[in-house]
Amino acid sequence: MLSLNLQRVSFGYDHRAVVQDVTFQVRQGEMVGIIGPNGAGKSTLIKGISRIIRIISGRILLGSREISEFGRLELARMIAVVPQNPSLPETFTAHEVVMMGRTPHLGLLRYEGIKDFEVVRQAMENTDTLKLADRRISELSGGERQRLTIARALAQEPKLLLLDEPTAHLDINYQVEILNLIRRLCYEDALITIIALHDLNIAAQYCSRLVMLSNGRVFCEGTPHEVINPQNIKRVYGAEVYVCPHPVNDLPMTLIMSDRRNL
Amino acid sequence: MKFPLLWSRGIFVSAERGAEASVILKTTVAVTLARAGDIIRQWHRHLLAILVAAMLLVTTIVVTSAVGSTHIPIATTCYILLDRLPAVSINPTWSKTMETIIVDIRLPRVVLAGLAGAALSVAGATYQGLFRNPLADPYLIGVAQGAALGAVAGFLLPVPWANIGVPLLAFLGGLFAVAVVYLIARVGRTLPLTTLILAGVALGALFSATTSYLMFASGEKLHGILSWLLGTFSLSAWWQVAIVVPCVFVGIVLIWLFARPLNVMQLDDEQAQQLGIDVEKVKLYLLIIATLITAVAVCFCGVIGFVGIIVPHTVRIILGPDHRFLLPLATFAGGIFLILADTAARTMLSPTEIPIGVITAILGAPFFLYLLRQKKRMIF
Repeated sequence: MLSLNLQRVSFGYDHRAVVQDVTFQVRQGEMVGIIGPNGAGKSTLIKGISRIIRIISGRILLGSREISEFGRLELARMIAVVPQNPSLPETFTAHEVVMMGRTPHLGLLRYEGIKDFEVVRQAMENTDTLKLADRRISELSGGERQRLTIARALAQEPKLLLLDEPTAHLDINYQVEILNLIRRLCYEDALITIIALHDLNIAAQYCSRLVMLSNGRVFCEGTPHEVINPQNIKRVYGAEVYVCPHPVNDLPMTLIMSDRRNL
Repeated sequence: MKFPLLWSRGIFVSAERGAEASVILKTTVAVTLARAGDIIRQWHRHLLAILVAAMLLVTTIVVTSAVGSTHIPIATTCYILLDRLPAVSINPTWSKTMETIIVDIRLPRVVLAGLAGAALSVAGATYQGLFRNPLADPYLIGVAQGAALGAVAGFLLPVPWANIGVPLLAFLGGLFAVAVVYLIARVGRTLPLTTLILAGVALGALFSATTSYLMFASGEKLHGILSWLLGTFSLSAWWQVAIVVPCVFVGIVLIWLFARPLNVMQLDDEQAQQLGIDVEKVKLYLLIIATLITAVAVCFCGVIGFVGIIVPHTVRIILGPDHRFLLPLATFAGGIFLILADTAARTMLSPTEIPIGVITAILGAPFFLYLLRQKKRMIF
């Protein structure tokens, strides 16, 4: 069984560590949420695991091999990333952009075959983007672009799926749909899934485990029940919140209250 | 729920899941096949366009060789050219002079113009893709200014071998300018493109200023310098063609091979890396190749403007943004365009030659504006 192991890893820019001394493990079929306030290092962690920025110390193992041993194409066949604000080329069609997800499976000269078309169609159907296939990117909304990026990641047929705020631009119906889809794929295709989220309620609902970052370090790690409580949120975010069980599934819900007395 | 099975295990395993699954299977495969069919048919249309352009290029070479101050019929031109092919021999019905005019004067000029046009427009398309900027042209990061300074130096230095000295110094000047810009712009292991452009603009200004001063001080050699700077093929000879052919041919084929990475790099550096493209390497290779073919083309004929911008964008309007088709068509279209421009340059005010840079702008700009007007959708 494949697993991703981060062992005392630090990442950063120009030797200034942004994420320090992070250790955790994610197994196949598991969906782990990275939470923490802005600037805590969520995106940096995602970029580090996908080798966009360099490891300063520690190591990351995918199965028994270190990430740094993989070739670029080989790594792209294993790891797909949905970045936070991806820029997409305006004149390409939606289908062409999703087809770019097949790049690591195609050589320099091979044209896309029927299998690539089938994988792309499935990915687009799963993200409800098939009806956009022939539209140009310039005609699409932010949410549609976001779903296309997810479709492209699925077209890579990865073992490890990294998502950086995948629902940030989505309406609530697509939030639910996309997250349900990601969890379903994670479970059925036994994907290792790491998802950076700023919404604590989404994180608690969808992730089996949460890693809470504070100033680039792991503040705490565990099930949503263990991580989400007013004390942790007060210490990490500096916010007064209320946490109560979800009426249906008992998972922790974070609630805020406006300060009406001052009005 | 049967549907996830289709997704998770691929269509072939789920075919065993009974009638319901197989109905879904048939329809989904049909959808895939229909889309694949549409796209593949589109590819075939694109390939056909490229093939037609290649044949048009050959036709253009033959026809424009027949055009000039000495009247030679097209049929005769064809016979003369055919006679030159290895396995063909035709009884000459033409004079020795005609043969000399076609083979030794017009043909090298036409071929050189075609090669330069192909090189400049492919380099332009490459730079535009690399910088994700529609305003990029082959001269963006200093090759033209460097070549100009080198050429002017070649005119002014007391070298006895001016017809080799000018192109050689122009070539070296172009490469030198780009190398300096590259080294300045490099940050650690990465190459930020904006810094590259800014460094190119700054160094280009420095080189241009120097060139201007040298021209100002050049006295009676000014006319020769100016005609080189505006571009001319009037000094073309076979030895030049012999140097340009292998460089441009190899360079263009290498750039074609990078078409898919170039497509993926239209996303952004980070996404391209996550899709398995070694972005920094591709940037470096493409910069080197595009700069080399530009420098080789420019050093013999001067800095011909406009080809590197107008031809790639015209092709984008026709074929769309996919570099796998854009680059080959830009190659042939660029060749045709510059041959026609050069033919106009040497015949319109014959026996005076018009600088080719003037022609490319005067003929090219209105045509390009017309195309922009016709297709108002976004082209880049």
